[in-house]
Amino acid sequence: MPTILLFASAREAAGRAADMIPGSTLGEVLDEARLRFGGEFARVLAASRVWINGEMLHGDVDGIPCRAGDEIAVLPPISGG
Amino acid sequence: MSGQPSSPTYLVDDNLVGLTRDRIPISEMIEWAVTPACGAVVTFTGTVRDHSNDRVGVVEIDYEAFDRHVEARLSQIAAGARDRWPSLGRVALLHRIGRVPLGEASVLVVVSAPHREEAFTAGRFCIDLVKECVPVWKRESGTDGTSGWVSDGNPIEDVATAARRWHPVGEPERSVR
Repeated sequence: MPTILLFASAREAAGRAADMIPGSTLGEVLDEARLRFGGEFARVLAASRVWINGEMLHGDVDGIPCRAGDEIAVLPPISGG
Repeated sequence: MSGQPSSPTYLVDDNLVGLTRDRIPISEMIEWAVTPACGAVVTFTGTVRDHSNDRVGVVEIDYEAFDRHVEARLSQIAAGARDRWPSLGRVALLHRIGRVPLGEASVLVVVSAPHREEAFTAGRFCIDLVKECVPVWKRESGTDGTSGWVSDGNPIEDVATAARRWHPVGEPERSVR
Protein backbone atom coordinates (compact mmCIF):
# COMPACT_ATOMS: atom_id res chain seq x y z
CA MET A 1 0.00 0.00 0.00
CA PRO A 2 1.40 3.47 -0.84
CA THR A 3 2.48 5.78 1.98
CA ILE A 4 1.34 9.39 1.97
CA LEU A 5 3.56 12.02 3.62
CA LEU A 6 2.03 15.31 4.69
CA PHE A 7 3.78 18.57 5.49
CA ALA A 8 2.95 21.86 7.16
CA SER A 9 -0.69 22.88 6.60
CA ALA A 10 -1.45 19.52 4.92
CA ARG A 11 -0.13 17.70 7.99
CA GLU A 12 -2.16 19.88 10.33
CA ALA A 13 -5.35 19.54 8.29
CA ALA A 14 -5.02 15.76 8.24
CA GLY A 15 -3.94 15.50 11.87
CA ARG A 16 -0.99 13.29 11.02
CA ALA A 17 2.32 13.40 9.19
CA ALA A 18 2.00 10.09 7.36
CA ASP A 19 -0.53 7.38 6.57
CA MET A 20 -0.90 4.23 4.50
CA ILE A 21 -3.62 4.67 1.90
CA PRO A 22 -4.84 2.03 -0.57
CA GLY A 23 -5.15 2.75 -4.26
CA SER A 24 -3.74 1.56 -7.55
CA THR A 25 -3.50 5.04 -9.06
CA LEU A 26 -2.56 8.40 -7.61
CA GLY A 27 -6.13 9.58 -8.21
CA GLU A 28 -7.52 6.73 -6.10
CA VAL A 29 -5.07 7.39 -3.29
CA LEU A 30 -5.81 11.12 -3.23
CA ASP A 31 -9.59 10.51 -3.36
CA GLU A 32 -9.30 8.21 -0.38
CA ALA A 33 -7.12 10.77 1.41
CA ARG A 34 -9.77 13.47 0.87
CA LEU A 35 -12.44 11.16 2.28
CA ARG A 36 -10.29 10.18 5.23
CA PHE A 37 -8.96 13.63 6.15
CA GLY A 38 -11.87 15.92 5.24
CA GLY A 39 -12.62 19.25 3.61
CA GLU A 40 -9.81 21.35 5.04
CA PHE A 41 -7.29 18.80 3.82
CA ALA A 42 -8.95 18.76 0.38
CA ARG A 43 -8.63 22.55 0.22
CA VAL A 44 -4.91 22.41 1.12
CA LEU A 45 -4.34 19.55 -1.33
CA ALA A 46 -5.86 21.59 -4.17
CA ALA A 47 -3.14 24.23 -3.67
CA SER A 48 -0.32 21.71 -3.15
CA ARG A 49 2.15 19.92 -5.38
CA VAL A 50 2.44 16.16 -5.20
CA TRP A 51 5.64 14.15 -5.49
CA ILE A 52 5.94 10.41 -5.97
CA ASN A 53 9.19 8.96 -4.65
CA GLY A 54 10.78 12.40 -4.61
CA GLU A 55 9.83 13.25 -8.19
CA MET A 56 7.59 16.17 -9.02
CA LEU A 57 4.56 15.35 -11.16
CA HIS A 58 3.32 17.43 -14.05
CA GLY A 59 0.06 17.63 -15.94
CA ASP A 60 -2.79 15.17 -15.40
CA VAL A 61 -1.50 13.03 -12.55
CA ASP A 62 -4.60 11.09 -11.45
CA GLY A 63 -3.91 8.11 -13.72
CA ILE A 64 -0.33 7.58 -12.55
CA PRO A 65 -0.04 4.02 -11.20
CA CYS A 66 0.87 3.53 -7.53
CA ARG A 67 2.51 0.46 -6.05
CA ALA A 68 3.13 -0.81 -2.56
CA GLY A 69 6.04 1.06 -1.09
CA ASP A 70 5.52 4.18 -3.20
CA GLU A 71 5.89 7.38 -1.25
CA ILE A 72 3.42 10.12 -2.14
CA ALA A 73 4.29 13.52 -0.65
CA VAL A 74 1.86 16.43 -0.40
CA LEU A 75 3.76 19.73 -0.45
CA PRO A 76 1.77 22.91 0.21
CA PRO A 77 3.20 26.15 -1.25
CA ILE A 78 6.68 26.55 0.26
CA SER A 79 7.80 29.48 2.38
CA GLY A 80 11.42 28.84 3.29
CA GLY A 81 14.15 31.41 3.67
CA MET B 1 39.75 27.70 10.52
CA SER B 2 39.43 24.12 9.39
CA GLY B 3 37.01 24.77 6.56
CA GLN B 4 34.31 22.61 8.12
CA PRO B 5 31.47 24.04 10.19
CA SER B 6 30.25 22.24 13.29
CA SER B 7 26.71 21.63 12.03
CA PRO B 8 25.83 18.72 9.73
CA THR B 9 26.67 19.63 6.17
CA TYR B 10 27.64 18.17 2.86
CA LEU B 11 30.79 19.50 1.28
CA VAL B 12 31.38 18.58 -2.35
CA ASP B 13 34.27 20.32 -4.07
CA ASP B 14 33.68 23.98 -3.34
CA ASN B 15 29.96 23.73 -2.62
CA LEU B 16 28.85 23.41 0.98
CA VAL B 17 25.18 22.86 1.80
CA GLY B 18 23.42 21.97 5.01
CA LEU B 19 20.25 21.75 7.04
CA THR B 20 20.71 22.52 10.71
CA ARG B 21 18.67 22.85 13.89
CA ASP B 22 21.37 25.04 15.43
CA ARG B 23 22.36 28.63 14.88
CA ILE B 24 23.84 29.12 11.42
CA PRO B 25 27.63 29.67 11.67
CA ILE B 26 27.59 32.84 9.58
CA SER B 27 31.08 34.17 10.18
CA GLU B 28 32.64 30.70 9.79
CA MET B 29 30.97 30.34 6.42
CA ILE B 30 32.17 33.75 5.26
CA GLU B 31 35.73 32.83 6.24
CA TRP B 32 35.39 29.45 4.51
CA ALA B 33 34.35 31.16 1.26
CA VAL B 34 37.55 33.21 1.03
CA THR B 35 40.05 31.81 -1.47
CA PRO B 36 43.17 33.35 -3.02
CA ALA B 37 41.46 33.70 -6.42
CA CYS B 38 38.39 35.47 -5.05
CA GLY B 39 38.27 39.19 -4.38
CA ALA B 40 34.54 39.29 -3.67
CA VAL B 41 32.53 37.47 -1.01
CA VAL B 42 28.81 38.22 -0.95
CA THR B 43 26.66 37.13 1.99
CA PHE B 44 22.87 37.02 2.24
CA THR B 45 21.27 36.14 5.55
CA GLY B 46 17.51 35.79 5.81
CA THR B 47 16.53 36.72 9.38
CA VAL B 48 13.30 36.36 11.30
CA ARG B 49 11.38 39.64 10.96
CA ASP B 50 8.78 41.11 13.30
CA HIS B 51 6.01 41.24 10.69
CA SER B 52 4.74 39.55 7.53
CA ASN B 53 1.84 39.94 5.15
CA ASP B 54 -0.18 37.85 7.57
CA ARG B 55 0.62 39.33 10.98
CA VAL B 56 2.40 41.97 13.04
CA GLY B 57 4.33 41.22 16.20
CA VAL B 58 6.08 38.06 14.97
CA VAL B 59 8.38 36.76 17.73
CA GLU B 60 9.45 33.42 16.31
CA ILE B 61 9.19 31.26 13.21
CA ASP B 62 9.01 27.49 13.39
CA TYR B 63 10.46 26.00 10.20
CA GLU B 64 9.41 22.57 8.98
CA ALA B 65 11.12 20.76 6.10
CA PHE B 66 10.91 17.63 4.00
CA ASP B 67 14.32 17.04 5.57
CA ARG B 68 15.88 14.48 3.33
CA HIS B 69 15.25 16.52 0.17
CA VAL B 70 16.64 19.82 1.44
CA GLU B 71 20.35 19.17 1.00
CA ALA B 72 19.86 17.61 -2.44
CA ARG B 73 17.97 20.68 -3.55
CA LEU B 74 20.55 23.06 -2.08
CA SER B 75 23.28 21.10 -3.88
CA GLN B 76 21.42 21.40 -7.18
CA ILE B 77 21.10 25.16 -6.65
CA ALA B 78 24.81 25.54 -5.89
CA ALA B 79 25.66 23.46 -8.97
CA GLY B 80 23.25 25.55 -11.04
CA ALA B 81 24.98 28.75 -9.92
CA ARG B 82 28.38 27.28 -10.81
CA ASP B 83 27.15 26.22 -14.27
CA ARG B 84 25.98 29.74 -14.90
CA TRP B 85 28.98 31.56 -13.40
CA PRO B 86 31.95 29.19 -13.81
CA SER B 87 34.32 31.66 -12.15
CA LEU B 88 32.65 31.21 -8.75
CA GLY B 89 34.98 30.25 -5.96
CA ARG B 90 32.95 28.81 -3.11
CA VAL B 91 29.21 28.54 -2.53
CA ALA B 92 27.66 27.89 0.89
CA LEU B 93 23.90 27.40 1.29
CA LEU B 94 22.52 26.63 4.74
CA HIS B 95 18.95 26.47 6.01
CA ARG B 96 17.92 26.26 9.64
CA ILE B 97 14.79 24.44 10.78
CA GLY B 98 12.90 24.28 14.05
CA ARG B 99 12.16 27.35 16.14
CA VAL B 100 14.11 30.45 15.15
CA PRO B 101 13.68 33.58 17.30
CA LEU B 102 13.30 37.12 16.06
CA GLY B 103 16.53 38.47 14.57
CA GLU B 104 18.29 35.16 14.08
CA ALA B 105 19.19 33.81 10.65
CA SER B 106 17.06 31.09 9.09
CA VAL B 107 18.93 30.95 5.80
CA LEU B 108 22.44 31.79 4.62
CA VAL B 109 23.92 32.23 1.16
CA VAL B 110 27.64 32.94 0.79
CA VAL B 111 29.20 33.18 -2.66
CA SER B 112 32.78 34.05 -3.51
CA ALA B 113 34.07 35.02 -6.94
CA PRO B 114 37.01 36.86 -8.46
CA HIS B 115 34.88 40.01 -8.91
CA ARG B 116 31.81 41.51 -7.28
CA GLU B 117 29.49 41.41 -10.30
CA GLU B 118 29.20 37.63 -10.50
CA ALA B 119 29.30 37.28 -6.70
CA PHE B 120 26.28 39.56 -6.24
CA THR B 121 24.36 38.09 -9.17
CA ALA B 122 25.04 34.48 -8.22
CA GLY B 123 24.08 35.22 -4.62
CA ARG B 124 20.76 36.62 -5.76
CA PHE B 125 20.22 33.58 -7.99
CA CYS B 126 20.86 31.25 -5.05
CA ILE B 127 18.46 32.88 -2.59
CA ASP B 128 15.76 33.25 -5.25
CA LEU B 129 15.99 29.54 -6.06
CA VAL B 130 16.02 28.56 -2.39
CA LYS B 131 12.68 30.36 -2.09
CA GLU B 132 11.26 28.52 -5.11
CA CYS B 133 12.71 25.04 -4.88
CA VAL B 134 13.50 23.92 -1.31
CA PRO B 135 10.75 22.09 0.63
CA VAL B 136 10.59 24.28 3.74
CA TRP B 137 7.55 25.85 5.41
CA LYS B 138 7.31 28.55 8.05
CA ARG B 139 4.85 28.85 10.87
CA GLU B 140 4.90 32.28 12.50
CA SER B 141 4.13 32.93 16.15
CA GLY B 142 3.03 36.37 17.33
CA THR B 143 3.12 38.36 20.53
CA ASP B 144 -0.63 37.74 20.86
CA GLY B 145 -0.02 34.02 21.33
CA THR B 146 -1.44 33.00 17.96
CA SER B 147 0.46 31.24 15.22
CA GLY B 148 -0.14 30.22 11.64
CA TRP B 149 1.40 28.93 8.44
CA VAL B 150 2.54 31.68 6.14
CA SER B 151 -0.14 32.00 3.47
CA ASP B 152 1.77 33.52 0.57
CA GLY B 153 4.13 30.68 -0.34
CA ASN B 154 5.20 29.54 -3.81
CA PRO B 155 4.32 26.21 -5.44
CA ILE B 156 7.53 24.19 -5.20
CA GLU B 157 9.47 24.13 -8.47
CA ASP B 158 12.24 21.94 -9.89
CA VAL B 159 15.68 23.54 -9.73
CA ALA B 160 16.30 23.13 -13.48
CA THR B 161 13.00 24.82 -14.32
CA ALA B 162 13.50 27.67 -11.87
CA ALA B 163 17.09 28.18 -13.05
CA ARG B 164 15.98 28.42 -16.68
CA ARG B 165 13.34 30.97 -15.78
CA TRP B 166 15.52 33.06 -13.49
CA HIS B 167 16.81 36.41 -14.63
CA PRO B 168 18.47 39.25 -12.73
CA VAL B 169 16.09 41.85 -11.35
CA GLY B 170 16.39 45.56 -11.90
CA GLU B 171 16.47 48.21 -9.22
CA PRO B 172 13.94 47.37 -6.51
CA GLU B 173 10.92 49.62 -6.27
CA ARG B 174 10.87 51.90 -3.29
CA SER B 175 8.81 50.38 -0.55
CA VAL B 176 7.34 51.87 2.61
CA ARG B 177 7.09 48.48 4.29
